[in-house]
Amino acid sequence: MAQVKRRTPIESGCPDGIQYMHPVMQKNFGLWKYHDDPRPGVLRHIAYSGDEIWTVRAATQRILDLFSLRKLCEIGDVYADGYVRFTIRSNIEFMVADGAKVDGLIEALEQSGFVVGGTRNSIASISHTQGWLHCDIPATDASGVVKSMMDQLIDEFRSWNMPNRVHITTSCCQINCGGQGDIAINIQHTKPPKINHDQVANVCERPSVVARCPVAAIRPAMVNGKPSLEVDERKCVCCGACYPPCPPMQINDPEHSKLAIWIGGNHSNARGRPTFQKLVAAGIPNNPPRWPETTAIVKRILAAYKDNARDWERINDWVERIGWPRFFELTELPFTKFHIDNWRGQQKSLNASTHLRF
Amino acid sequence: MNKHKTPMLDQLESGEWPSFISGIKRLRDDHPDQRIRETTNDLLGQLEHSYETVKGYWKGGTVSVFGYGGGIIPRFSEVGDLFPKSREFHTLRVQPPAGNYYTTGILRRLADSWEKWGSGLVTFHGQTGNIMFIGATTDNTQHFFDEINDYGFDLGGAGPCVRTAQSCVGSGRCEQSCANEHKIHRKLVNNFLDEMHRPALPYKFKFKISGCPNDCMNAIERSDFAVIGTWRDDMQVNQNEVKAYVAHKGRKYLIDNVLTRCPTHALSLDDDDTLRVDNPNCVRCMHCLNIMPKALSPGKDRGISILIGGKRTLKIGDRFGTIIVPFMKLETEDDYARLVEISERTIDFFAENALEHERIGEMIERIGLVNFLDALDIEMDPNMIVHPRENSYVRTDNWDEEAAKWFEHHPRGKKTADAV
Repeated sequence: MAQVKRRTPIESGCPDGIQYMHPVMQKNFGLWKYHDDPRPGVLRHIAYSGDEIWTVRAATQRILDLFSLRKLCEIGDVYADGYVRFTIRSNIEFMVADGAKVDGLIEALEQSGFVVGGTRNSIASISHTQGWLHCDIPATDASGVVKSMMDQLIDEFRSWNMPNRVHITTSCCQINCGGQGDIAINIQHTKPPKINHDQVANVCERPSVVARCPVAAIRPAMVNGKPSLEVDERKCVCCGACYPPCPPMQINDPEHSKLAIWIGGNHSNARGRPTFQKLVAAGIPNNPPRWPETTAIVKRILAAYKDNARDWERINDWVERIGWPRFFELTELPFTKFHIDNWRGQQKSLNASTHLRF
Repeated sequence: MNKHKTPMLDQLESGEWPSFISGIKRLRDDHPDQRIRETTNDLLGQLEHSYETVKGYWKGGTVSVFGYGGGIIPRFSEVGDLFPKSREFHTLRVQPPAGNYYTTGILRRLADSWEKWGSGLVTFHGQTGNIMFIGATTDNTQHFFDEINDYGFDLGGAGPCVRTAQSCVGSGRCEQSCANEHKIHRKLVNNFLDEMHRPALPYKFKFKISGCPNDCMNAIERSDFAVIGTWRDDMQVNQNEVKAYVAHKGRKYLIDNVLTRCPTHALSLDDDDTLRVDNPNCVRCMHCLNIMPKALSPGKDRGISILIGGKRTLKIGDRFGTIIVPFMKLETEDDYARLVEISERTIDFFAENALEHERIGEMIERIGLVNFLDALDIEMDPNMIVHPRENSYVRTDNWDEEAAKWFEHHPRGKKTADAV
């Protein structure tokens, strides 16, 4: 049989971004003086040279079809200078040197169904994961949750009415690919995995599954004469960590996989050190296609934050000032034993920040 | 083509926020290529099935391109008999240009290639930072890669390997940038392409680069190796702009929103409305610079901090990256070489010492930070901790030797930072 000639990959790695950068940005690279915010969704950066670059930020549906992508390119060519970038929250940004182009660009984007905003003290685009469209372990569909929630929060994306920016994330399992957020909506499994004992021996490398469990609740066992695994259900914390390496450990459950809401994650070093998000609500039904119960609680938290926080306080700053009892009072969420962390270790004496003294 | 009925998904088409369902339907209804129409039809069918049953139906597998062992997220449908045209629906993780910069021209080129070989769905970007080309068959994965690889795009990481990195908008546009994020990004990650394309590490390893402590890339929380721009001299103050700010916003606003929010009380307002900064006590948190970008800027003696060990819960709990190198300059090629060398030593040590499926943060927690620093030959620094140890069970019998090491680099009366 003739050998098929295979193409050897060119291991070029991460491409140079500067080749795709607006000429004004290349020219003033590292020489920017300050920026201001002429209107929601628009940034104006001024260089020491006096040059300006204007940025218009727009939200998309994140999972882009080619028609939408080409529409964005067309808008970029007709109304902007053809230079774009994407933010970490999947917004597209158009950079133009001439501020006179901004209004036309915004109009073109809005007319084509994209939403201009997401700068400064707005509710930013939701950072999220693939969900049922593509993930192998999702218990919910982040894209649907996000669409449903942003339909109701869209005015806050387009305006500057919040005390400070609000980063929301959603994740379809407890691995939390959506990441830390001021508000995070994540799946919380509430029952141990149901094990398909017929498949374990064929599909799973049992020692690695045993090793994966954070609370040592899984052990090898013979079930119905076949090598399998068993779970000590009193120890199990229902994290789902055994499921990716061993799909027969079915953790997803249409009824018992609930949504949980966490608040106060903040990656910035501004004011305090970065913080992780904290559990505030759980047991929320996983209710497609629009998850109304989740949005209702998120809106309650946002209303309390908007009414009570001071300017520039992120949600974590706000709760740190007012304290947790007041938070639960204002949001009328129940405080339970599940809010008290009795598991994780400490790393408090290390400097988890860039707060440095020279 | 028999279009699947999607009553639940249809409910996600109303409302003002852009609808991903409407986008997929456009591909199904309007795309000239029958292959794309059929693939997206069956994809919608399976997604509707998920919405109805509240369950996912994709499973993983093993797919890569010739010469690589990773970079592709294989997806095979568990209900492929019902939805055969999207039975194989793999995602290619492609590394974006540093800083996520594109021209419309290059985006169109990527769109044209993806139209030939894929489903027509793409995300800029996934949570690790890759361009996610969602939905290709096993055969087409190779064709698509060959095509885009010819014009400068390469696969990212998937599995236990060095992952695609992320860097912020940076020096290209941001006045707070204290480093050349793009160069750092490419120097670091492009030095580990073998480790990226042929997964052989204990577990994933992520680099993220932010140009200032605002850390827009979430590097401290979400990367194993965070590089963050900072400065070590005095911040720059334009007193005329401070006065203008006071005149515009009022003294009370400045006091309530700037001065009293400084975490180390390093700011005060003089009687003539100029700002006094206690620079040795400024921790570079960025709050005042964020509020008054016209008046306040980072200092001129700029460099980076390195923090190692950030990760999410699985499996010992969340960890932030913690300071390993408080400050280093990045000006000369030698400086960059030193940064790359630190990353090489870090990954070598991780590869040899971490347990299977253990992130470097967990490894450090298991073996102790001191052992890690010793192994990497990195000098101890009080900026690595919030406070010294509280636990009295410690052997200190070679105290004099260790103290001598400190004084070798820190003669009495000299500032710590000068010795770095």
